Formats: sequence, C-alpha cells, structure tokens
Amino acid sequence: MTATPKAPVLVVVQLTGGNDFMNTLIPYTSGIYHDSRPVVRIKAEDVLPTNDTLGWNPHATPLMEMFDAGEVAVVQGIGYPDSNRSHFRAMDIWHTCEPEKIGTEGWVGRIVRELDPRGQNVLTGVSFGQGLPRACALAGTPVTSVGDLDNYGLLTSIGDTSQREQALETFKQMYSSTVGNGIVMDYLSQTGMDVLKGADELQKAPATYTSDVEYPKSSIAKSLRDVARVHLADLGTRVFYAQHGGYDNHANEVPAHPRLLKDLTEAIQAFFTDLRAHHTSEEVVMLVFTEFGRRIRDNASGTDHGTGGGAFIIGDKVKGGLYAEYPSLEPSRWVHGEDLEHTIDFRGIYGTLIEQWMGIDPTPIVNGNFEQIYPFSE
Amino acid sequence: MAGNDVAQMAHLMRRAGFGTTRTELEAYVQKGYENVVDELVHPERGTPIAEDILQRYFGGEGAYVGLWIYRMLNSKCPLQEKMALFWHHVFATGLGKNQHILASSDQIDTFRRVGMGKMRDILLALSKDPAMLFWLDNNENRKGEPNENYGRELLELFSLGVGNYTEDDIKNCARAFTGWTFAQPIPLYPHGYYSPDFIFVEEEHDAGEKTFLGHTGNFNGDDIIDIIAAQPACAQFIARHLYNFFVADEPQVPSWNVTPPRDAAAVETLANAFTESDGDMSHILRVLFNADFFKAARFAKIKSPTELVTGILKLVGTHHRPEPGMGQYAGATSLMGQQLLNPPTVEGWHTGKEWIDGGLLTTRVNFAVKEVSDAAKPGIQDVIAQLKALGNDAAPEKFVDKCLELAGPMQVNDTTHGYLTQFAAANGPLNFEDEDASEETESRVVSMLQLIVASREYQLG
Repeated sequence: MTATPKAPVLVVVQLTGGNDFMNTLIPYTSGIYHDSRPVVRIKAEDVLPTNDTLGWNPHATPLMEMFDAGEVAVVQGIGYPDSNRSHFRAMDIWHTCEPEKIGTEGWVGRIVRELDPRGQNVLTGVSFGQGLPRACALAGTPVTSVGDLDNYGLLTSIGDTSQREQALETFKQMYSSTVGNGIVMDYLSQTGMDVLKGADELQKAPATYTSDVEYPKSSIAKSLRDVARVHLADLGTRVFYAQHGGYDNHANEVPAHPRLLKDLTEAIQAFFTDLRAHHTSEEVVMLVFTEFGRRIRDNASGTDHGTGGGAFIIGDKVKGGLYAEYPSLEPSRWVHGEDLEHTIDFRGIYGTLIEQWMGIDPTPIVNGNFEQIYPFSE
Repeated sequence: MAGNDVAQMAHLMRRAGFGTTRTELEAYVQKGYENVVDELVHPERGTPIAEDILQRYFGGEGAYVGLWIYRMLNSKCPLQEKMALFWHHVFATGLGKNQHILASSDQIDTFRRVGMGKMRDILLALSKDPAMLFWLDNNENRKGEPNENYGRELLELFSLGVGNYTEDDIKNCARAFTGWTFAQPIPLYPHGYYSPDFIFVEEEHDAGEKTFLGHTGNFNGDDIIDIIAAQPACAQFIARHLYNFFVADEPQVPSWNVTPPRDAAAVETLANAFTESDGDMSHILRVLFNADFFKAARFAKIKSPTELVTGILKLVGTHHRPEPGMGQYAGATSLMGQQLLNPPTVEGWHTGKEWIDGGLLTTRVNFAVKEVSDAAKPGIQDVIAQLKALGNDAAPEKFVDKCLELAGPMQVNDTTHGYLTQFAAANGPLNFEDEDASEETESRVVSMLQLIVASREYQLG
C-alpha cells in the first residue's frame, strides 16, 4: 500500500489505576516474591518463563508471543524519584513531566505542537475515549478527542441536508467570532471550529476501512481498532492516545487483573496483526504505560499503590528484549521499607521515543535530559 | 414581571436546581428571591415526591439513574437533589468496581437524606456507606494489616486536601477505621441483589493508641471524623468545593494547595459560615445563594453534562410525569463525560473547561439540538404560542430576542445575536396566517432554538 517511507506514528496506551508490573512480568523464582504475596502471587508452575528469573503472567500470552517474536521492548523498573502514590497526582506527573509542581502542558500536546506548530491539521493528535487526558492538553494546540468514531460530526440529527448546511453555516459564524470574550468563550470557539474541521476529515476513516482481522470484544480493542481505522485513512495523524481502565486492584486482584491483561494483550496483538495486513506496521510504535506499580507485599486481597512499574514499547521496528533493570526484590533495597526502587526515569523513555522514533528534540518536551534506552533496530 | 428578577431567579434555579419550565420560573419570581432561597434550603418543609408511584414506573435496578434524573426534573426540593449530586462529585464512588447498583444507589439516597445537614454527620454516613467502604477497600482494612485507601482519600479528597496532614496521619486514620465494613460481600451475583449493611467488626478493629492531627487517644472512626470536621482546613476545603460547584469554576482539586481561589473573599465567607454553624450545609447554602458574589456569577460556569441534559428537558417541558424511557438521559450524560454513579476515579469528574473538548462539545450540541427538534413538545409549543402573540410580521430581532428570553433568559454577545438575526431574516417575517404558514413557522422556530442551544453561550449556566 505504501511505497515511500511514512512519517513515524506513536500510539500511547494508558493503563489507568496502576498496573501490577510484578504480576505481569513475574520474578517467579524469587522466594521474596512468593513470600510477600501469599494471596495475589502467580504460582511458579503457572508462569510462562522467559528466562531463569522472569516469566509472563499466563493471561498475557499474546504479549509473550510478540515478545518472543522480538517486537516488544520491556522497560523494567520505570518510575521517577519520590514516586507519588496518589493516582491523580501520579498520572498528572506522567502526563506533564512535572514531578515537583502542577503542570498544565501535556507531553503529547507538546509533541503535537512541535509537529504542527500552526495547528494546520487538527488530527495530528487524536485521542479515543471519553474526554481528553491531560497528556494531550495544551492551550492553543488542538488534539481531537473522539468518543464515537462512527457518528462524529455536528448537528447530525438535522435530516434535511440543506437545512443542516444552513444551520452549520450559522454555527460556524457564531463560533468563529473572535471578539475576545474571555478565555472560556475563546476556548469554546476554538473547540467548535476544530470539530468542524476534524469532522469532515474523520468521516473518511470508517468509510474507507476494510479488514479481515477480528478484534476481541473489549473497550481497549474497540479503541485500538479506531486507531487502526484512522491511521489507515491516512489523515496525517502522528500521535494516537487510548486508555484502558480498571487497574487499581487494591482488592480482589486475583480475578480482576488477569482479565485486564487478557483484554489488553489480545487487543494489542489484533491491532498489530491488522496493521501488518495493511502493510503499515513499520510506521507505528506503541508505548504502553501506567502511573505506578503496586506494593511488593499484598494486603491479603490485592495490592496498594506502589512504585517501580513497567512499560512496553511495541512494534515491528522495535528491537525486542528487556531494558533497564528489573527492580531488586532484596528487602535492603526497598524504598520506604515497602516499595520497589525505580531503575529508569519515565522521562528518559518518553525521550527515547520522541528523539529516536519521532525525530524531535525531547528536552523541552520532557523538561530536561534523562537517560535513554536504545530499543529500535537499524 | 421585571426582566432582571426573572433572570436572577433563572440563575438561582439553574444553580440550586436543574432549571425550570417557564411556568415554574414565573411562579418562583412571584414568591420573591429570599423566600425561594429559604424554601430551597429547607427541603424538610416541602412535599417529597410520591415514592410509591415512582416504584411502579422505575422498577428494576438498571433504571436508577433515569429515576434520579426524573427526581432532578420533578422534585419540589431541587436543591436536595443538587446537593446529592454535589456530594456525588466530591465523594466520587464508582459503580464500575462494585457492579452493584443497589449499593451505589443507596449511597445517593444517603446523600439525599443527610446531604444538607452537618458535615460531621455527612462524613459519618459516608464512612458507614457500603458502596464507599467497598470502593476504597475499607472492608479489607483490618487490625494488623491496614488498607490505607479510605484513610488517605478521606483526608486528601473528602475533607482536608493535600498539605493539611502527614503520611503518619493517614496511617493512623486508616487504623481508626479498621473493622468498619459491611455485612454482605458485594458483588453478590448470581444470587440477586439486596442492599449490604454497615457493620463494625470489633475483633478486626485496632483499638490501640493513635496520634492524629495532633490529638492522641484510642480513636475509633467517629473520633477521627470529629477531629476532621473541626479543622479550619475542612471549612476551607468544603467552602471551595461549594464555590466551584455553585458559583464559578475553580481549577481542579489537585492544584488547590498551590493555586489560590479565584475569589478568596467569597471562599472565606463560606468557610466562616461553615465554622459559625458547626458545618451546617443548609446554613452555608443560604449564605451562598444570598451573597452578592453568587448573584453576580451568572453564566460563570460551564454546565456539567447533568445540568445540560436536565436544563434542556426543562426547556422542552417533557417528563414531568413518571414514564419509561428516562434511562436514555443517563446514557446521554455518560456520552458527555458524566456517567452518574460511575465517576472515572475517586477524584470525581474534572469540571469547568474540562467538560469541553472536541468530542464532548459535539455530543452536547448534538443532544441539545435533537431534543428541541420536535415542535410538538410542550416547551416548544409555549415558545411558538408566545411568538404568535407578537403577531404576524414580527421583526427578526424580536423573533430572536423572544427565543433567547424563553430559552433562559440567555445572554449572548452582539456577534452571536447578529448571526442569529441574519438567520431569522433569511426566510422573511414569521407568518401564522394559515395552517401551512404556521407549520412552516413552527419549523423555523425549531431551527432558531436549535441554533440557540448549539451556541457557545448555551454551554454556560
């Protein structure tokens, strides 16, 4: 389908609530792991080993298969100093790269501004799901938020075409007035105008998409299918954002977490299969992240907010393998006597993707220089 | 009827309630502003909705949110419903986790029952609420193996705000709530639904000594709540929440410890009302609605999805009798980013500008436009009747002004007004001469209302 190399595309998948990395890629031979988690541990015989010390959760089999095929870089021990355990603050920090103060500019928003400084294509950044995450928020830089791709557009209930056009014309006039009525009115104007522009373009995506790939039935699969549909419609989108919620497993982790991993990893596998079938998989790299890991010890039902999470960088251009170090389980190394120590800063991982994949200077986007990894082939 | 009185009353009823029909609005104006405030803050003096009839129409657990929206539209004590919604914003508890609609709907009923009382009683009811206990894992909070989730959020998000306690306070707060749990495990399926009950399990309670916010003793949860409710930080925190919900949009909660309130004097007034009344919501609300800063704050807030949906339904005048189908409006607020009973996180919904982005604005506009599309609805018929009363050949400006007045009264800027007038003028004067002309005119009124509810101004309440 594509003869010339395309501009690189980044898909960010946010696991909301704090994914339990220790139960995703499991230190199954560690006695400390099993002793600390009498309830939520995955038994050694159930783990799918990848080496002498680590193995996959059996419900993450699709991810393991992709890892074995060399398409997944696992970023072990991702975090930042003095990790914050509040979900909202922690997520804010990941979204804005500002651990010390409240940031308002999202890192994805900043990438979009860098790629399209004059906001010429409102689809340069597209987020799926209800509401725009702070990662995509940046005053003056539109990132299109799509709830329902199949019915995207304004005044869609006005059946009569000429009436609808007349109404849309007045809508456009009302929203384009820039008399300076304050921040909120200006924001509403900008948003309304962006929707008008984006809607015309986005209508093309469902209309042109065909695929033999069956996505599983889950919210994350629906979102990733929407990502595929828009990507394949060639609308100039460079950054996609999708979210998968429910990872805050303080309690009842044993039934809940495996289901999430299954939904997530099956969806990711279907997504890349779809891209491959359309010969576009080399244009796309996916980052899967979460705001923190969980505590080492379980609480007899689930796990509380902790640190030392894990992230995944996935794609055909990725040099698969384990990156950074798995946090030490030795109690002497535990932070605050209960948490894993992070081994690499998330801002360096953003930097890796921004610089080595997107080809942009990451320093102003992540607010500094941080150690990078080298997970790309060639 | 003086235009300003009408506009002022409409403002009060948008904030303290969910909007009004035109008839209701005029009846409120007749009573006088302060009398209406008095009536609003004393729901116990009013006539409650007839519950037995509701049960007949809203059977089945799935209908609860639709029923709640019905209550918002039809309660004679709309502030009681608005306060239940307020506490739902602040004490955000998600259905996604418990999958148990009865537990979640019981929580809203509790907010309706205690929500206008004293802060201490509200926090106590909250701490005994099974949906909350499950949401923040307090049923897993036991002596010797504390689960800090509830203890932390009680301080961070429900009462004091970051910066007003230490990590040790959280630990001791959590210890004090050990053993506070509920009698039935939720979820209960497949064996059906019934409400879980709060229980205190003595043997799981850590009765040891605790130091909390400078006080030391063998505290239980009740003692902790007494200490919290007496903190000046609690008065400040709730005052700011009330300001954000009822007066004008504030930034989101996580930035409150670094960003000062937009109107510090107003928040101070509310905090003082809190302190002087021992945290009595009814008293604080009376102060709020009678304050000049409130009266001056017309259209200073972005409507929440719930406010947008109920406001439109009031405008079109439907659903004032129990009938099936309310559930669709629960679906509508969800698509606009507010799934009632299921806020995204314990922080609740982000409000103000965060209600708006491209996708959400699209959903809001499309919903509102669709709702006003049917000229047969009673509210639209009223507008048509009033336009007819203006007589044939009414000038386009009059057509626009009348529609704006009846849809609010709304304020739009001159540019918006100009384009609406242009739109009104494009098809000549309104004409009610014969049946065909009347039908054509009705369709033009609908088009005008569609544009009004699609406008930027309509997003503000």
